[in-house]
Amino acid sequence: MPHTSGAAEARPLRIVIVGHVDHGKSTFVGRLLHETGSLPEGKLEAVEAMSARRGMPFEWAFVLDAMQSERDQGVTIDTTQIRFKTAARPYLVIDAPGHKEFLKNMVTGAAQAEAALLVIDAAEGIQEQSRRHGYLLHLLGIRQVAVLVNKMDLVGFSADRFGSVAEDFRAYLAELGVQPTCIVPISAREGDNLVRHSPRMPWYQGPSVVQALDSFAYTSLPVDRPLRMPVQDVYKFDERRIVAGRIEAGRLAVGDTVLFSPSNKTAKIRSIEAWHVPAPPREAYAGQSIGVTLDEPIFVERGEIMSHVENPPVLTTVFKARLFWLGATPLRIGSAYKLKLATTEATAVVEAIERSIDTAELASLPPDRIERNGAGEVVLRTKRMLALDEYTANPRTGRFVLVEDHLPVGGGIVSMEGYPDQRQLVTVRATNITQVGHAVSRAARAARNGHKGGVLWFTGLSGAGKSTLALALERELFARGWQVYVLDGDNVRSGLCRDLGFGPEDRAENIRRVGEVAALFADAGFLVVSSFISPYRADRQRAREAAGEAFHEIYVKAGLEVCEQRDPKGLYKRARKGEIKEFTGISSPYEPPENPELVVPTDTLDVEDCVALLLRYVEEHFRV
Amino acid sequence: MDHLDELEAESIFILREAKAKLDKLAILWSLGKDSNVVIWLCRKAFFGHVPFPVMHIDTGKKFPEMYAFRDRYAKEWGLNFLREECPPLEATDPTLPPAARSAARKTLGLKAAIQKHGFEGLILGIRRDEEAIRAKERYFSPRDETGQWQLKDQPPEFWGQYMTSFPQGTHVRVHPILHWTELDIWKYTRREGIPVIELYFAKDGKRYRSLGDQDITFPVPSRADTLDAIIAELETTRTPERVGRAMDHEAEDSFERLRAAGYM
Repeated sequence: MPHTSGAAEARPLRIVIVGHVDHGKSTFVGRLLHETGSLPEGKLEAVEAMSARRGMPFEWAFVLDAMQSERDQGVTIDTTQIRFKTAARPYLVIDAPGHKEFLKNMVTGAAQAEAALLVIDAAEGIQEQSRRHGYLLHLLGIRQVAVLVNKMDLVGFSADRFGSVAEDFRAYLAELGVQPTCIVPISAREGDNLVRHSPRMPWYQGPSVVQALDSFAYTSLPVDRPLRMPVQDVYKFDERRIVAGRIEAGRLAVGDTVLFSPSNKTAKIRSIEAWHVPAPPREAYAGQSIGVTLDEPIFVERGEIMSHVENPPVLTTVFKARLFWLGATPLRIGSAYKLKLATTEATAVVEAIERSIDTAELASLPPDRIERNGAGEVVLRTKRMLALDEYTANPRTGRFVLVEDHLPVGGGIVSMEGYPDQRQLVTVRATNITQVGHAVSRAARAARNGHKGGVLWFTGLSGAGKSTLALALERELFARGWQVYVLDGDNVRSGLCRDLGFGPEDRAENIRRVGEVAALFADAGFLVVSSFISPYRADRQRAREAAGEAFHEIYVKAGLEVCEQRDPKGLYKRARKGEIKEFTGISSPYEPPENPELVVPTDTLDVEDCVALLLRYVEEHFRV
Repeated sequence: MDHLDELEAESIFILREAKAKLDKLAILWSLGKDSNVVIWLCRKAFFGHVPFPVMHIDTGKKFPEMYAFRDRYAKEWGLNFLREECPPLEATDPTLPPAARSAARKTLGLKAAIQKHGFEGLILGIRRDEEAIRAKERYFSPRDETGQWQLKDQPPEFWGQYMTSFPQGTHVRVHPILHWTELDIWKYTRREGIPVIELYFAKDGKRYRSLGDQDITFPVPSRADTLDAIIAELETTRTPERVGRAMDHEAEDSFERLRAAGYM
């Protein structure tokens, strides 16, 4: 084929060649390069010379086996990227391997492709990897698949043999819901039906391989779907605060109101930033890596998804997935993995395995595990709230990778079937709420209880003694007939705040919820003792506002050195080693109270004295 | 978006992932057309800034034009520039062929520089189409404690998710222009007006397609003396890019041995 400069303007279509080992993928690619005039000058002669030198008959596959180790092993081990051109356009070929242990390399190659050629040996027929690769192409989202029934020269160019292999495979693909673009009988070694129709198979009327290739469409990112821009980073350059990311779907324009999920914050796009462009862009589209500034200084971080207010992503802590598994250890119920979805990361636990599939046979296996190179359907639960999409609604934000011991071990696509969008739970709808007045007055409750309701808000470093004192105080007061209740990290983290992590925002939200709950308890007549580090003044101020006059801030005070020496849970040690991120006092700040109602210095008083001090304070301020 | 826009967007995404997920990175600047594009893409990704140190491993044997280029643009582009030297030839593996040995000096210099500055990773302007073995690379490519590339057991890389956390002691190579071709590089250089070293342009019927050390890099016959002419030449040539690199032709496995040992 001539190298026309016109064709060079089009970008190459990315194709992947898959199929069972020894079914002739490399031979096919080598021959196709030759037939389309795409081999580098001297390559064919060099390979012929090398074969002669080694006393081996020339094979087309050698053209690709440019690597010493490949020749030694006699098998293509990884995706190599090769380019060729037809009269219509250029192509980038990803030559995926066929050996079972290299399925992860097949995935790496195929995931980049827009279309696939699946090669099957006419004599051997459908084999394990033919099925596996067919299955994975589907799961990887590749919808354009041409099947090449190779080595027709070995079966005497028999129409019957071709027909039976083609029908078998068509039936298999139909089970997956895949319809091949076409099925072409070829002989890669002899060049039949690659570019021109072979006179040796006059019974075949369908497209040649090159015609099949030229019929594939480019896939591009979906500009017409709802906007999704996962935040990659926030930069502070030259006084500009730039939210950076790649638009995975949709479009945006300056002035648009955008929503960040899962934090559920909104702002307007003030500008689209770019360097070395003739004029600042006013709009941006799917596929572009951009940066925007916002009209308000809201706190946004990596991992959030920017969308429009209409058509936002789903918020959830649980979803279903179809996944493929590459891990050396099987995926099991109860196992925890690092989940990476767009730019976010979260710990995900396998709550259930609904189906386990052997992709070589498409057979169902006992659903207690998913083995390496297998696939299945699972339910995953995360601690943190995730913003994501149904795969079918927005594929780029509806797929994820699981990581174990730093290595990617699986990939999956999201289904929300049977699970609700949790967005309404985190959205404030204050306008719909009218507070109900209670039939029982606060004074009446206090009179019956013998004490007022209130919040004793303990704050202090980890190890300062908050929980010890809170529990001792609770015991003492309960014995004296008080309505008293301790709120602490463990009893809210496992329920009320189970969807929260330990990042700054989640910690703030945790404290906000505790503040609101404490205020309700106080209103119900209880004396609540809350025991949280609550390192930020702003958070404690919000808790004070929730409870009003009933709020008493108690500073449980001990220096960092003392707390670190006590280290009752070994947390400081782990934080110093870097095993715990954002640990208060070590890698994240503690803001001591400015005007606490009471200071309890646990580094100078012993526990009994501290409890006595607290009891005196409580009697004085809450006894009716 | 045209093809160059797509390539650029992908590279920017990779550079931003590297910045967000890895600490202590440096860009390796060979002064050639590819690493110039990498620096340029950084300025695109980070809005005019290059937020990584830019390091030149100096063999002391580059062309004078290359040194002049380096000194000028390190300043003009406001780079945090580092220059590191290579050990003498005697320090290299004596079983390697001569030109490969010369290239191996750079690997030793690089290893020493990584150690000295404590870099956890390097950003490199290699491309899959340059050399068969480079076609095997990942965008985020881990090296083990000895600097070895386990090319037969690389992590899977798909759906824009890269390996961005590593066991202790791993060193990572980030390859933001892995998916570009030589022709893409020149077309982008032309579109963006990126400065290049004069040696790439034909003089007296010859030009350099690839720049390395003076003693192991040779010009190829060409009359391409402008960017347009280079692009026109590449659109029709079937001669490989590294034809002027002596070490690639000494033995079938020179390049593989160099790379497994940490060569770029």
